[in-house]
Amino acid sequence: MMEILRQPWSWYLAGGLIGLIVPALLLLGNKHFGISANLRHVCAACFPGKVQFFQYDWKKEQWNLFFVAGILLGGIIAAQLLTDPQPVVVHPALVKELQGYGIIDRSDLLPAEIFSWKALFTVRGFIMLVGGGFLVGFGTRYAGGCTSGHAIMGLSDLQVPSLIATVSFMAGGFIMANLLLPLILRL
Amino acid sequence: MNTNSTESPAGVDEVFMEDLYGNETELRHPWWYNFKYLAVGLLFGIVFVKAEIISWFRIQEMFRLQSFHMFGVIGTAVVVGMISVWLIKRFNVKTIHGEPIHFHPKVFNKGQVIGGLIFGFGWPMTGACPGPLFAQIGTGALVIIVVLLSAIAGTWVYGYFREKLPH
Repeated sequence: MMEILRQPWSWYLAGGLIGLIVPALLLLGNKHFGISANLRHVCAACFPGKVQFFQYDWKKEQWNLFFVAGILLGGIIAAQLLTDPQPVVVHPALVKELQGYGIIDRSDLLPAEIFSWKALFTVRGFIMLVGGGFLVGFGTRYAGGCTSGHAIMGLSDLQVPSLIATVSFMAGGFIMANLLLPLILRL
Repeated sequence: MNTNSTESPAGVDEVFMEDLYGNETELRHPWWYNFKYLAVGLLFGIVFVKAEIISWFRIQEMFRLQSFHMFGVIGTAVVVGMISVWLIKRFNVKTIHGEPIHFHPKVFNKGQVIGGLIFGFGWPMTGACPGPLFAQIGTGALVIIVVLLSAIAGTWVYGYFREKLPH
């Protein structure tokens, strides 16, 4: 049993379990699946300033902060008890492309050449980590949700605005990964 | 569609409220009831790691059409979610506390396109949407705390300039 759990899980098992989060949160207490809202709740709780967007009772939303605390704990448990010792399997074409940028470490889910404290203080690392994080936070709130709130919860409820948002997420991702990222990774 | 939403207070209210719909309950529960959400999140975090959804490499493959994996994950999740929501509506399923379950129609605004594209740009850079960031930190990639803080900063800057941005 542990052997099976340690191997990477299939897309259908993972997708099925993630899909079940939608009814689980609804049934447990009428909660709507949506993770990026937590970034707003942190702003409202810690530094609302005079910004009207952050003037609300964030304590009423604290269930969601418990939810992401759970995600963090799940990450710890998976990494401590269920790790797969094999290197991450990556498509050969991607391996070749990344080699061209000096990214060869595949021992972890994140390449150390970009995602490390050392890399953070390089131009490339700073753009990827700080710039990328900023775009994720700014963009998800501007769009009113992320992959969970729009792509999964919104599409589950057949919401057309969520479909528009999801298509925009994917379009942005394709543009960045294929047109802009090669330029950034060459830095 | 909604061309005058920048002027219309209703449109702006909609943006203000959109993710504050999460808490619909009228019931007052002790704070530790929130641990049930922690339990769901914990399962979610394990799935994130074990299905390599938090892997930067999987996200690169997705956006280069080199792997079906992420499309399979998101597609299956949407189908399971759709069937669940349909069943809940069809049979008027109540919460475990006996409350009726509410849904909120979303209203279109330009932010879903502009903000959506901006988030899309950030996604292959970090290799993570907001949920996986927390799981990445959990696996011990502590430098991702910087990404998370930057995402919080991005959210704050959006909130600060929200009235000046097209919606």
